[in-house]
Amino acid sequence: MKPAAFAYAKARSLRDAITLLGKHKKGARLLAGGQSLIAALNMRLDAPSVLIDINGIEGLDEIHLKKGWVEIGALVRHSQALHSPIIAKHVPLIAKALPHIAHPAIRNRGTIGGSIALADPAAELPACLVALGGEAVITGPKGKRTVKADNFFKDLFETALGPRDVLTAIRVPVASSESRFGFAEICRRRGDYAIVGLATSARVKDKELSDIRLVYFGIGSKPERARKAEAALVKGKIDAAVAALDDDLDPHDDVQATGATRRYLAGVLLKRIARELAEVRL
Amino acid sequence: MSELSCAIMITVNGEEMRATVEARKTLVDFLREDLGLTGSHIGCEHGICGACTVRVDGTIVRGCLMLAVQCDGARVDTIEGVSDTGEIGDLQEAFQKRNALQCGYCTPGMLLTVQELLAKGGVPSREAIREHISGNYCRCTGYHAIVDAVESVAHARAGGKS
Ligand SMILES: Cc1cc2nc3c(=O)[nH]c(=O)nc-3n(C[C@H](O)[C@H](O)[C@H](O)COP(=O)(O)OP(=O)(O)OC[C@H]3O[C@@H](n4cnc5c(N)ncnc54)[C@H](O)[C@@H]3O)c2cc1C
Ligand code: FES
Ligand code: FES
Repeated sequence: MKPAAFAYAKARSLRDAITLLGKHKKGARLLAGGQSLIAALNMRLDAPSVLIDINGIEGLDEIHLKKGWVEIGALVRHSQALHSPIIAKHVPLIAKALPHIAHPAIRNRGTIGGSIALADPAAELPACLVALGGEAVITGPKGKRTVKADNFFKDLFETALGPRDVLTAIRVPVASSESRFGFAEICRRRGDYAIVGLATSARVKDKELSDIRLVYFGIGSKPERARKAEAALVKGKIDAAVAALDDDLDPHDDVQATGATRRYLAGVLLKRIARELAEVRL
Repeated sequence: MSELSCAIMITVNGEEMRATVEARKTLVDFLREDLGLTGSHIGCEHGICGACTVRVDGTIVRGCLMLAVQCDGARVDTIEGVSDTGEIGDLQEAFQKRNALQCGYCTPGMLLTVQELLAKGGVPSREAIREHISGNYCRCTGYHAIVDAVESVAHARAGGKS
């Protein structure tokens, strides 16, 4: 048995979860898929006093199409999302990203909400949410609120979620015939966290690209938008866009790769994706 | 209510039982220590190696990343169960025939993982087989023989020759 002792409480409803969070304060953690949390507990990186299990709270594991948006419940598991016809049709960027997340057994448990709430800088879904201009739907003691993805991810593993908040869903705009998406990542083994990855969205109208969002993951403390590269790419200047990454990104060294390698790979991914997006100009 | 220990009702390999488990006890520890079902192995205990793979309510999970208390009301199948029912007899035979195991440490997890893929029907490509076992480390075989074994069973189940 590896984790330090903790108590277990099964939340019967959203309100129950929020009440329990208030009661146990700093020692409490929400347990969703557990695919990151229990690993952290096994390694004793964290030692909470109580886990509040939110699995089974009704209504949080659904995927809905609502007035131009797709709403994905926080407890939707990666494998459920991977097989969802709504996501395949209306959110192709997330459909492209999902097979890169971990392995089948982990995708059977891990949740969309857990990935977003954890905000691992190397994770695919936070970058996709930013690239899509999506939103996080949160319920806390004072009720429900919505936070734009651009404002949700604050810093390393830090989000707009407060200690008594539950992320209940993410919302992303439905893809239109003008939408274009690109997704690529580099990792050593299929399913590993990316060394560097890139999620992009753009619009194409009359063969012109606009509204490009280039969002890197695995290369900073949170999903990083490469704004100067975006500006160059709108003008069709791929080499200039790659050069602009020097200003846009501040890659770190770690056991997987040096910052210089990451910077180089970021350019490789940009070229790959730029070609994909450029095909629309033909 | 929050408790350090909880009473659960769990069905393991078809047998319904009640147990009291410490909240921090992982499913694989419960199976091995409390029930003596040591066919599910423990490698890394943080989700990387796949040695602990078991089935909960019909889908494979990491036994080290799920708590036993979370299995209250659940149906759990381990390698012992699927061996006894004969569900994976053909896979076990193919693994043996094609040297898809050496030390055998990864094998229970590997078998349950590939059974999930094959249960979908059809004959997956070698690429799809590799993708499906990407989360299961084998430090002996080099995977090639495992892919061969899985492929041959897929063909056999689909009615072709192995
Ligand atoms: C071997 C391995 C490889 C992996 N590879 C990848 C990968 O390539 N890419 C990737 O993105 N992920 C990867 N993961 C992580 C996996 O995707 C996790 O499922 C995910 O990061 C967390 O989701 P979870 O539901 O398991 O959350 P949990 O582990 O249950 O929770 C994670 C954190 O989020 C909090 N939380 C969870 N849900 C909510 C909520 N609704 N509201 C507020 N807070 C909440 C928890 O309190 C906890 O702090 C990997 C995991 C493993 C073990
Ligand atoms: S022991 Fe569970 S994945 Fe390694
Ligand atoms: S047979 Fe030894 S680890 Fe796979």
